[in-house]
Amino acid sequence: MPADFLPSSAEYLRFLPEIVLTVAATLVMVLEPLTGQRSKRALGYLAQAGLWLALAAALAAQRHPGPAFSGMLLIDGFATFFRLLVIAVAILIVLCSYGYLRREAAERGEYYALLLYSVAGQCIMASADGLIVIFIGLEISSISSYVLAGYLRNDKRANEAATKYFLLGSFATAFLLYGIALIYGATGSTGLTQIRHVLAASQLSSAGLLVSTAVALIFVGFAFKVSAAPFHVWAPDVYQGAPAPVPAFLSAGPKAAAFAVFLRVYLIAFEPVTARWEPIVWVSALLTMVIGNFAALPQNNLKRLLGYSSIAHAGYILVAVAAHSESGTAAAMFYLAAYVFMNIGAFAVVGYLAGKGEQRLNIDDLAGLAARQPATAALFAIFLLSLIGVPLTAGFFGKFYIFRAALEARLIWLTVLGLLTSAVAAYYYLRILVVMYMHDPADSTEDLPPQGAGLKAVLWASAAATLLLGIFPSLILNFINQAAGLGK
Amino acid sequence: MNLLDAVLFLPLAGFALLLFIPREKPELIRRTALGVSLVTFLLSLALLIGFDRSSPAFQHVTDLPWISMPPIRYHVGLDGLSLWLVLLTTLLTPVGILISWRQIDRRIKEFFALFLLMEFGLVGVFLALDLFLFYVFWEISLVPMYFLIGIWGHERRIYAAVKFFIYTMTGSVLMLASIIYLYNRAGSFDYGFILQQVVNGRLPLRPLEGLLLFLGFFVAFAIKVPLFPLHTWLPDAHVEAPTAGSVMLASVMLKMGCYGLIRFCLPLFPVAARHCAPWIVALALVGIVYGALVAMVQPNMKKLVAYTSVSHLGFVVLGVFSFTELGLNGAIYQMLSHGISTGALFILVGCLYERRHSLEIRDYGGVATPAPHLAVLFMITALASMGLPMLNNFVGEYLVLQGAAQADFSWAVVAALGVILSACYMLWLYQRVFLGAASERVAAQVYDLQPRERAAMLPLILLMVWMGTFTQSFLPPISASSQSILEKTRVNQEFHAQIPREVARAR
Repeated sequence: MPADFLPSSAEYLRFLPEIVLTVAATLVMVLEPLTGQRSKRALGYLAQAGLWLALAAALAAQRHPGPAFSGMLLIDGFATFFRLLVIAVAILIVLCSYGYLRREAAERGEYYALLLYSVAGQCIMASADGLIVIFIGLEISSISSYVLAGYLRNDKRANEAATKYFLLGSFATAFLLYGIALIYGATGSTGLTQIRHVLAASQLSSAGLLVSTAVALIFVGFAFKVSAAPFHVWAPDVYQGAPAPVPAFLSAGPKAAAFAVFLRVYLIAFEPVTARWEPIVWVSALLTMVIGNFAALPQNNLKRLLGYSSIAHAGYILVAVAAHSESGTAAAMFYLAAYVFMNIGAFAVVGYLAGKGEQRLNIDDLAGLAARQPATAALFAIFLLSLIGVPLTAGFFGKFYIFRAALEARLIWLTVLGLLTSAVAAYYYLRILVVMYMHDPADSTEDLPPQGAGLKAVLWASAAATLLLGIFPSLILNFINQAAGLGK
Repeated sequence: MNLLDAVLFLPLAGFALLLFIPREKPELIRRTALGVSLVTFLLSLALLIGFDRSSPAFQHVTDLPWISMPPIRYHVGLDGLSLWLVLLTTLLTPVGILISWRQIDRRIKEFFALFLLMEFGLVGVFLALDLFLFYVFWEISLVPMYFLIGIWGHERRIYAAVKFFIYTMTGSVLMLASIIYLYNRAGSFDYGFILQQVVNGRLPLRPLEGLLLFLGFFVAFAIKVPLFPLHTWLPDAHVEAPTAGSVMLASVMLKMGCYGLIRFCLPLFPVAARHCAPWIVALALVGIVYGALVAMVQPNMKKLVAYTSVSHLGFVVLGVFSFTELGLNGAIYQMLSHGISTGALFILVGCLYERRHSLEIRDYGGVATPAPHLAVLFMITALASMGLPMLNNFVGEYLVLQGAAQADFSWAVVAALGVILSACYMLWLYQRVFLGAASERVAAQVYDLQPRERAAMLPLILLMVWMGTFTQSFLPPISASSQSILEKTRVNQEFHAQIPREVARAR
């Protein structure tokens, strides 16, 4: 047994966020049967505390960057950025779940435990440096998400969503695993850097087909996770069926983590064979933007509309991946940060307005919200304007950054077409604004319950972040630009 | 803090201030909005003090870093081209607030807050000297206008608002692509820096590259101007908007497009601009005649005025793309004149609507009897709008025609048709609305101008006369700027003609 087989204390420190999250999740599980129905909320507070501790741990880990556990993990700026992001997502989701679960009479500990496990998986994905660890992280994150999607077990739509998500998700994971097996066969390694060296050294003559197949299969797996066309069909159904905080979570946390591994695998391991995958990503990005934006146009269900919108936004981020450059990576990172806040904000508003049993999800149910609840409407408007990409919001700067990277990489047509689809997108977001601000108040907005403190915190914090990142993007840009090098 | 920054940010501060005034106090909200806009106007007048009228350089410049990577700066400044446009904006904002005083009777707080936010965006567009900053303001001004039309407009307001937003957005994303591309080539968003590189020939663009970049900007501006056949959003937006919205739309927002053409399209892409000029002029001429003809047969007053804008702004585009100094001076003068006279027309039409609750011409007739002052002011404005000498539009139209004639006499001939037609539709409108016997309902409902309406109209009428008679008060800074812009397009053309392949090969 080699001497460095036993991990050093620094390596444990680098793994601390995942440890904290797992311990907190297990604690919630253990305490769940011991708490009465009245005090379930306390479990939520415990989860919240665990998340804040994990956030601190992630920051502490960043002070000691480096590999851990025989090169299975790599803690660098990139990993820390995504860890912080997914943990922040979970904090916001937990905050807006208190009121939601109480309203649906579904406050149980396993909700928070599953959420924490899922985040732990995403943290592993963010810091994974090998295909096997990526797979493990992805599975931890996904399996918890499948269960979360069907969390309201008496709700037919939620059950349908969970089943669909699970079946399709399993297929996608199988593709991914098959791809990993093939790449191991072709290169004899699952470590990202080793794969890169082997691919760069070999002329790809003998193993060319094998590598191409593997790259394509892994792409299928990741494309499913980020809901990129043509592997996006699950997203609208799942987003519509699952309880509102869950799609908010799915469209933010797992997606960000999936993009993190996407970027790491394709920009590090498969960098020598860029010519083989760039066209695939190019086509997929365009398809995703077109399908997402055009399919959202006729939607009347708010959750479904946001589902298609999240597909479209995945398309924008794929443009940044297709640029396969440092600035492309930075753009994807910034966009994900921006997207997380505006999207969670939007979903939080929708979940709040839907009312008990989520009965009011039609766009027309928002009629006259601006007259009844000016503040809620104004916050929702900020999220929507950011999703459209109006300047001084994070969404605009994110788009700007992505298309700048794309033009730098001479993806001119992708840029022009992508920007035009984003003009199309304005239409369906505007529809919501129109109903909120320009229609006469309807009964549906009359008897809205007061907002809980958690929900309020989520809305104001998300709006503040959306505006702050839009007006002063430099706040995080410097860190992102340093981290985007991926240690190359 | 520079005076110019104060002019720019005061409306934004006013917007924030209004958000904190409780909505139960409408009078306080109105007064605050008016106060803020008046102070902004006075501050903007102070910009004239010490303004070097003969220099084409940017004055009152502030240049601060904003975003580190990519380097984007808060860089604003004023030259002869933007000076009057800024003053036009700051003047028309209090005017718009005055006429909305009673007209806007619901959601007062939102209205006035958005109005000030729009002023912020509009002033910013004319001041920005960083392409990214320009785009930011360009889009910011769009959002309040969308809400103004959509919330306080007439029946088909939602259709008009969404159409307005989507049209402009489509144009501007193409401009964004061009801006980013230009940044990747030049390494900077700074207008002055990029311009310097273009003039020095250090930013050689392949013909197709230059053409596409030019078109990216041009389409965005042409939609906003609006140039035929991209004008179809304009009648809808104008007709459905509340009066103050129509005023700002016609007087200032359309000028954003014209301003962009002069500021960016001409000097940054001189080769492509000259190359496309005949086509663009053809569209402008079609717009002049088409707009006038369509205006003539409109049964709706607001729509009529909207189509006159299509016609009048055709003159502006014609002047710009005649590539003559007279033409360019005329175009800029026409922009200002059109802003004053069309703004006044919309105010007066709005006054009529407020009394009779109809925009249809056939519902009027003989208004001059119950409302003589209104009739007189409308007459003056109509005469100004049709280009009567001694009034403002004449100067601009004359200069444009002269410039167009220098470039190609046939252009001037066609454009002159527009002047003739403008007399037809304006006088015919006046006759049908104001002359004849007043019907019972008109006599019962229409009353003369109220003090607040007079206060709003007075500065506009004064300016019509002033701009028509004392041209020299306004023209020198315009002339200095247009000279320098034309010089840049010329230098570059010769430069491109002179340096043929050797330089390219060496590179």
